[in-house]
Amino acid sequence: MKQNVVIIGGGIAGMEAANQLQLLGYNPIIVEQESALGGHVAQWHKLFPDMSVARDVVGRMSKSIASTNVFLDTRVVSVKSSRSHYTLSLSNGVDVTTRVVLIATGFGLFDARKKEEYGYGVYDRVITNGDLEQWMNGCADSRIPESPRSLGFVHCVGSRDLKAGNNQCSKVCCMTAVKQAIEMKELFPDSELYCFYMDLRLFGKKYEDFYINAQRDFGVHFVRGRVSEVGEDIDGRLCVKAEDTLLGKPLKIHLDLLVLMAGMVCHPQTSKVAEMLRLDVGNDGFFKSRDNLANIQESNQDGVFYAGACTGAKTIPETLAEARAVALRIHSYFNNL
Amino acid sequence: MTDFGFSISKSATIDMDAVDMELYERVCRQVPSARICMSCGSCSASCVAAPYSGMSVRKVILALQRGKDVRTMLSNCMLCGKCSMACPRGVNTRNLILTVCRNL
Ligand SMILES: Cc1cc2nc3c(=O)[nH]c(=O)nc-3n(C[C@H](O)[C@H](O)[C@H](O)COP(=O)(O)OP(=O)(O)OC[C@H]3O[C@@H](n4cnc5c(N)ncnc54)[C@H](O)[C@@H]3O)c2cc1C
Ligand code: SF4
Ligand code: SF4
Ligand code: SF4
Repeated sequence: MKQNVVIIGGGIAGMEAANQLQLLGYNPIIVEQESALGGHVAQWHKLFPDMSVARDVVGRMSKSIASTNVFLDTRVVSVKSSRSHYTLSLSNGVDVTTRVVLIATGFGLFDARKKEEYGYGVYDRVITNGDLEQWMNGCADSRIPESPRSLGFVHCVGSRDLKAGNNQCSKVCCMTAVKQAIEMKELFPDSELYCFYMDLRLFGKKYEDFYINAQRDFGVHFVRGRVSEVGEDIDGRLCVKAEDTLLGKPLKIHLDLLVLMAGMVCHPQTSKVAEMLRLDVGNDGFFKSRDNLANIQESNQDGVFYAGACTGAKTIPETLAEARAVALRIHSYFNNL
Repeated sequence: MTDFGFSISKSATIDMDAVDMELYERVCRQVPSARICMSCGSCSASCVAAPYSGMSVRKVILALQRGKDVRTMLSNCMLCGKCSMACPRGVNTRNLILTVCRNL
């Protein structure tokens, strides 16, 4: 009989791992708390660096695991562990016994309301990167004006921020800001766009090309300096303040829309899952790998593995590479039992 | 008016709503590479006039983007072209300087 592998989380990490495990002859079982597969990527519109349509990417992945056992709207309620097995009780009443559990619970988008000075949830014209992706996917959003003349993008919202409890860089949001600035300029050619950054961290393949294109072909203005506060005018326009740190002078500007680059933080379910399976959590709130160099996919528990953004901020190619690698790692785990 | 011996300092804040970008845009149309400056400072670091005069192509581009006067800085350039050699983004710096001067 095929061996079970329970995968908690049906984002791209869980889906890709399921696909590979199936090809290797296992019986993956995905437990996803939402009503659909795809995780965060299913909410995005177009993906850097190739501007692939997110829906198509998720759709192709869903097709590849069409025969996989998937429990949607389901959570793990409790776990019993014996010497060689884990028995997971699910919220739908099913109990599953397995030798291997793969954690693929992903991340949470930083709650931008915590940065009160930016006015998310207070002012009408402040949205997040996630809101903008969903609007581009066709979800109505009354906060986005019909023809904005000036738009701002605030980098590092809830990332690189000791006070917000997240010291790390979220990696994807510089690139997301540049991508979204270009997309908005295409939609609103007469608008002026401003990115407020501390450093531009455009590390990946083709990312720097996006930066050059944004400057050269789309005239996006890059202002070095973190936005310190946002206010609202009587007519609803936003007044944004930052220091132009290249000039060493304070700067202010009125904008019609402000997009906050909310960072990648640990998924809110992390501590619950960690408790049930007695897994270590790092001081960043993400699951703690055995080490961060050669054993990112290994946990402190025998038979429990990680893939994707549940251990830290990751891009899609990084997530997929980990999902494929963990399938092989699980395969060798079974072979050595 | 009575002179009380003190005055109000002018605000140093850059009001981006009021900044006149006309010169910057005009220069960019003639020297498109000006748009892709990434403020790395290679130009200023290699400039022979910089240590003595404060000339800096990086600062000239930034000043144009913020509507500030660039005349004093430009007057110190010797048009030697070293900065063009150093720029990793291939900004046509020497031509940029000449273009700004012609448009002033
Ligand atoms: C605004 C934004 C835009 C981005 N755009 C790009 C891009 O264009 N290109 C790119 O390379 N990367 C991009 N990324 C990064 C990309 O979103 C991540 O790499 C990817 O989502 C990670 O996938 P994952 O499966 O690990 O996690 P997730 O996508 O977070 O999926 C995790 C899944 O697990 C489920 N889950 C969590 N806990 C439980 C539980 N206890 N029980 C059951 N299910 C659970 C969740 O519901 C979710 O479905 C972007 C990120 C952000 C924030
Ligand atoms: S990727 Fe950019 S915006 Fe995101 S946290 Fe890092 S530096 Fe800030
Ligand atoms: S051309 Fe002018 S700015 Fe450039 S290196 Fe020579 S003196 Fe300096
Ligand atoms: S060397 Fe080039 S990119 Fe760097 S600051 Fe000077 S002009 Fe800009």
